[in-house]
Amino acid sequence: MVFSPVKGGGRGGRMGLTRRAAVAAVGVAALLTAGACGSSDDNGGGSGSTKVEVFTWWADGGEKAGLDGLVKQFGTDCAGQTFENGAVAGGAGANAKSVLASRLQQGTPPDTFQAHAGAELSDYILAGQVEDISADYDAWGLKQAFPQGLIDNLTVEGKIYSVPANIHRANVVWTNKKVLADAGITKDPTDLAGFIADLDKVKAKGIKAPLAIGKDWTQLMLFESVLITDLGPEKFTGLWNGTTDWNDPLVTKAINDFKTLLTYTNTDRDALDWTDAEKLVMDGKAAYQLMGDWEAADLDAKKFTDYAWFTFPGNGDTFQWLADSFVLPKGANNPEGTKCWLKTVGSAAGQKAFNTTKGSIPARTDAAPADYPKYQQAAMADWKSFKQVPSCAHGSACSQGWQGAANSALGAFSTKQDVPALQKALATAASQFVKK
Amino acid sequence: MRKLRHWGPGLLLLSPSLILLAIFVYGLIAWTTKVSVSDEHNALGSKGFVGLENYTKLFTEDINDRFTHSLKNLALFTIVFLVGAMFFGLLWAFILERGVKAEGFFRTVYLFPMAVSFVASGVVWRWLMNPNKGENAGGLNAVLGGLGLDFAQSTWWTNPNWGMASMAIPAIWQLAGYVMALFLAGFRGIPAELREAAAMDGASTYRLYRNVIFPQLTPVALSALIILGHMSMKMFDLIMSVSGPQWLTEVPAIYVWQTLLTSDYAKAAAISIILLLLVAVVIVPYLIYTNRQEKNA
Repeated sequence: MVFSPVKGGGRGGRMGLTRRAAVAAVGVAALLTAGACGSSDDNGGGSGSTKVEVFTWWADGGEKAGLDGLVKQFGTDCAGQTFENGAVAGGAGANAKSVLASRLQQGTPPDTFQAHAGAELSDYILAGQVEDISADYDAWGLKQAFPQGLIDNLTVEGKIYSVPANIHRANVVWTNKKVLADAGITKDPTDLAGFIADLDKVKAKGIKAPLAIGKDWTQLMLFESVLITDLGPEKFTGLWNGTTDWNDPLVTKAINDFKTLLTYTNTDRDALDWTDAEKLVMDGKAAYQLMGDWEAADLDAKKFTDYAWFTFPGNGDTFQWLADSFVLPKGANNPEGTKCWLKTVGSAAGQKAFNTTKGSIPARTDAAPADYPKYQQAAMADWKSFKQVPSCAHGSACSQGWQGAANSALGAFSTKQDVPALQKALATAASQFVKK
Repeated sequence: MRKLRHWGPGLLLLSPSLILLAIFVYGLIAWTTKVSVSDEHNALGSKGFVGLENYTKLFTEDINDRFTHSLKNLALFTIVFLVGAMFFGLLWAFILERGVKAEGFFRTVYLFPMAVSFVASGVVWRWLMNPNKGENAGGLNAVLGGLGLDFAQSTWWTNPNWGMASMAIPAIWQLAGYVMALFLAGFRGIPAELREAAAMDGASTYRLYRNVIFPQLTPVALSALIILGHMSMKMFDLIMSVSGPQWLTEVPAIYVWQTLLTSDYAKAAAISIILLLLVAVVIVPYLIYTNRQEKNA
């Protein structure tokens, strides 16, 4: 401590000596142990290893169950290889990502790691930390099994670097059926004007904030859905690859529409996470919530059955996707085992084992819907025929840095409601992060 | 040779801690400084030296003035926190010093919050400072509503202008007792002769405190301010558990963390160095001051 100046060091020298020596010894021992741990980790998988260390943030709940299913399939498909769980829990993956970053920097990557498919991978690709697996895509027949829109979103300069294990959908509105029935709403709105008319109807029934929402990233999700409505899927995708200008007047229109929608939301939004907003819908204090389709599994788990869903009004047949995927890191100890893991992840049996327990849908279009619950069946049908667009809030459209900047900009907008400032902030972020 | 014998053993004994400090404190500060003047903005690593660009950009080109916003948040938080904790600390110490019954009990009660971690108390305060009002009110607002004090209900930390002042409340709650302990020790350290002399001179109680006791407490007050001040500048865990990382309540320490998660090492390092300098501005004069005091003594 800086504040407790050490005094009286002169007295009791002998005592001091032994104590100091002990402290030093403990310190050195600690350093040595740390070193020893490090090296024993390295030795764990030398060349010719049959261990596959799978690094994820799936440590509990449906995610852990899904991983277990995948591991079981891996055991049958890849006899002779053993799975090693390298899960780092907590922080919705934030902890795992920082551990991963340091391992990659030190050149001791796991055999494979989890990452959001799409643009979030770009940092790893640029840094040359992951291998191109396009050839394996051909060998495993994945190019035929996945929809073309997904393949396009995954491809970076003609190469593919990851195998998605699952697909989630972001642009879905969840409703409380009873609240809607009370307000006399029988049809799902198909455009923004219709949606706002319905919100007014619910409001007239005394529900002050019919649209439930949470903090920054959930607001970004809603804003992205409005962007899809106002710009259409092509121009929306262009926002993230540099072909659409963020200063476009249509973006201004979208920000204004988003601002209108915010007037229907709960004022304590910055204090809520998505599950708190979900509770508002479950308690009948709100009628609608825009959230990814993990909400279906969560509502089911909470035994709330009185819910329905529709695509965000005006999004038409656009499927905004996000996915967890696995990669082959450069310098992996056991590339052969990793490839077998990736093959399992992409295979029909592997995707079934993972997704039926996690509550997501398979990226493959050849899965049998009968194996899945009700919501997933509908989503699987949409996945085959709809247009795929990526999501920034979940890393398939933009890099992590861009995502952070966008969340911060939406957070600022939530308090200041300043339309030009949000547009400027998003345009600046795009100029900083696009194609980097 | 004789000289060596004089300071040699001392140096030998100090060397393990010196070496550890040199590597893990000063070495890493040097490393951070180096990163902060590089262009290591992603996992690709550094391509070169960019001078002070990362620093100037934080003040001029940061999106939505994010960095200056975080500094403003920190300033408001620090002012409210310091004033609040000093006020309550001094008040409690004064009351105990005047001779309240069951002093030991109250001392423990006031000091106890310090034993709780910011993370644990933050979770509770997150609930207490629920921003809902009226029929949906929870936490403190529900208590106020129940007492018929609806006008006093607040949006707490979600208020865009004064939110950080609310954020300081848990910090005050937690550390005012510590300030009290410091002041109480200060009061007890004043020799009885001084009081007696003042009484002999016919000083009133007010004059006794105003001209004799409080001047003696200046060093204690200064220490308390420095200790709280540097804690406040580095505040991270409390805010993370009350509001989570978000624009509204962002302070530099949280900004560093957020930036680090997006692999922008250079920017994170630049913010860290600015934070270090801010703390140094507070601490270094204090160290010089105490050093002089000790030499004089």
